[in-house]
Amino acid sequence: MTSHPPARHYINNGYGIKSWLLTRDHKRIALLYLTGVTFFFFIGGAFAVLIRLELATPAGDLVTDETYNKLFTMHGVMMVFFFLIPAIPAVLGNFLIPIMIGARDLAFPKLNLASWYIYMLGGLFTLYALVSGGVDTGWTFYTPFSTVSSTTNVIPTALGIFITGFSSILTGLNFIVTIHRMRAPGLTWSRLPLFLWSMYGTSLINVLGTPVLAVTLLLVAVERVFHFGFFDPALGGDPVLFQHLFWFYSHPAVYVMVLPAMGVVSELVAAGCRKPVFGYPFVAIASLSIAILGFLVWGHHMFVAGQSVYAGLIFSILSYLVAIPSAIKVFNWTATMYRGAVSWETPMLYAYGFIGLFTIGGLTGLFLAAVGLDVHVTDTYFIIAHFHYIMVGGTIMAYLGGLHFWWPKISGRLYNEWLARLSAGIIFAGFNLTFFPQFVLGYLGMPRRYHAYPPEFQVLNVLSSAGASILGFGYLIPMAYLMWSLRYGQTASANPWGAVGLEWSTTSPPPTENFAETPTVTWKPYDYEHAISAPEGHVA
Amino acid sequence: MRSPHRRDTLPDPPSAATYEHFAHQFESVDHQKEVSLLGMWVFLTTEVLFFGGMFLAYSIYRHAYPSAFAAASHEMIVWAGTLNTVVLITSSLTMALAVHAAAAGQRRALLVCLTITIVLGCVFLGVKAYEYRTEYLEHHLPGYAFEFEAPYAPQAQIFFSLYFMMTGLHAVHMIIGIGIMAVMFWLSWRGTITLEYSSPIEISGLYWHFVDIVWIVLFPLLYLVGRHVH
Repeated sequence: MTSHPPARHYINNGYGIKSWLLTRDHKRIALLYLTGVTFFFFIGGAFAVLIRLELATPAGDLVTDETYNKLFTMHGVMMVFFFLIPAIPAVLGNFLIPIMIGARDLAFPKLNLASWYIYMLGGLFTLYALVSGGVDTGWTFYTPFSTVSSTTNVIPTALGIFITGFSSILTGLNFIVTIHRMRAPGLTWSRLPLFLWSMYGTSLINVLGTPVLAVTLLLVAVERVFHFGFFDPALGGDPVLFQHLFWFYSHPAVYVMVLPAMGVVSELVAAGCRKPVFGYPFVAIASLSIAILGFLVWGHHMFVAGQSVYAGLIFSILSYLVAIPSAIKVFNWTATMYRGAVSWETPMLYAYGFIGLFTIGGLTGLFLAAVGLDVHVTDTYFIIAHFHYIMVGGTIMAYLGGLHFWWPKISGRLYNEWLARLSAGIIFAGFNLTFFPQFVLGYLGMPRRYHAYPPEFQVLNVLSSAGASILGFGYLIPMAYLMWSLRYGQTASANPWGAVGLEWSTTSPPPTENFAETPTVTWKPYDYEHAISAPEGHVA
Repeated sequence: MRSPHRRDTLPDPPSAATYEHFAHQFESVDHQKEVSLLGMWVFLTTEVLFFGGMFLAYSIYRHAYPSAFAAASHEMIVWAGTLNTVVLITSSLTMALAVHAAAAGQRRALLVCLTITIVLGCVFLGVKAYEYRTEYLEHHLPGYAFEFEAPYAPQAQIFFSLYFMMTGLHAVHMIIGIGIMAVMFWLSWRGTITLEYSSPIEISGLYWHFVDIVWIVLFPLLYLVGRHVH
């Protein structure tokens, strides 16, 4: 199917660096974010390469222990704050939210551009902290090590994260107001695509949680610089209070990373099976439940930090509750596939990967929510494997799936489908080879955050390092063919997947104002029965 | 034609078609105004959480060390805190009057109210600076030079750490608020604020009231601990 691109669209509406750096168009800002998160992803990835190289042998022979501490800290900081948290909301969310609700832009376009500058400023500040010596506290900045003992660049790193936090807050604010007040006529909440429900839940967490992290990092910085006492045990202060404040944001932040991924997968599954998502209202409400429950479980990070047993039990029970909305989603996606016209195209491959890996990550999360078992596996490779299954197996899979699904819309070009399927397979295999051995290592007792380990763990570590090199290679392929498609790819039609949804009713790439005239929505979401019986009319 | 700064009333509202502050993503001028207000309310929610982290730390330590907190709180200059409370509540009144004046198109009243609000904000910061200076001279600034009577010295340092952090961040918000009010004054002066386009005044008014409310909570928590005992 060949087609001609529209004569005028958001990419050719203005040329030159200024037309991009001063743009207020949410679609262009999404592409600015795409360059930013990709840049920080590969920096974070480079640290992971060094970590896995060091762990290929039992002796600490490649880097010193101090360097190793800096490597895993900078890997965590870069990946969590500058890739995982902004990736799906700031790239796909920014691009899609106004189009999916039939609006011309977000509610506050200037604020949106400001958010990108704030994000880049925070990122570059953190990069400065890195090149001028690094930081060794771990991405969690636990006191009193971060306030008293560490001699590395705690302040610039914390400040970089503090600055970037405002970008999350302002983006969340923008999304909440936009989803509330900018919807097209007829687009009621019960007709909202599930991606938007998950973006709404994510934005709630960003708006309510990020300020707490901001003030906590500020307290650490002030304690370190001016010798104030907030968490100092010498004064009667409580270092565990820092952990409470930190995880009050940073646990919900896990849902900031995975909720958008769930939203993407709902879209991919519906389009890939040509069926409405099974139990739409339950999947929508599950997104909000996860956002709310996510705020009530932070104490499960402190089972061994001197928290009272009763607090531990309550946090344990609340943590189990998160499994309910998560399982609703997994079961409903599976039910959607049942008797669906299941496709094997690239976005769907990533969706399958997400569902399987997220299930493993989620179930091992239940191990960690159980107080007794958690004591055994705390601070071992089990926890590393668990959260990488959620964040890499979940979030990055969904991010790549979404990027492939909406790439024709974003760029107006088609990528090479066979190369894309091949790299999806390589990424899936590489991922499992990297992280599955780490479950075993952790269960056998290998602690995290050491650069050397007993020789009996070497076989599993070599497997993991081998998997990491496959995974790293797998990430480079999409980078190459997506860039290639920008220039040489076939031009995409407005709706190459035959999917429903407002974003497929405008041209590829969309015009700057998204729609020639504001659409009026009269159909339910994922109305594939109607779309299939009337292929030409209706949404597409 | 009269020069703009001689006018007593705001310029007449422009027709919607020629409305220069209308952004293309909105349906109507009213829609734009509602959305901007909602944005500010959401932002204030984040501010509640920002101060919330410190209120949590305060609650925990006050519960753990009630007598040290009472002893440290007795070192506060209560008259200064009271004066500042009166100053800020009055500034909230003038702010509310400014919003009313803008909505009614009364240009002169708007400019007067904004001026008084800015002056009261500066008075607040002046009094606060005097307090900080006194506390610094009495070695109540946490750090190596901190001094306090024997049994409570370490925990009193936590109190003063929280005191300087909370009032300091509040003062930063005050400075930002005064800056915003200065911009509002300038916009009103040069005629950008019209009967139709008065939402910037309303939105910055919300911010000003929020900063005021934070102080109303901070004042009893920091200045009046354990006072009812005497």
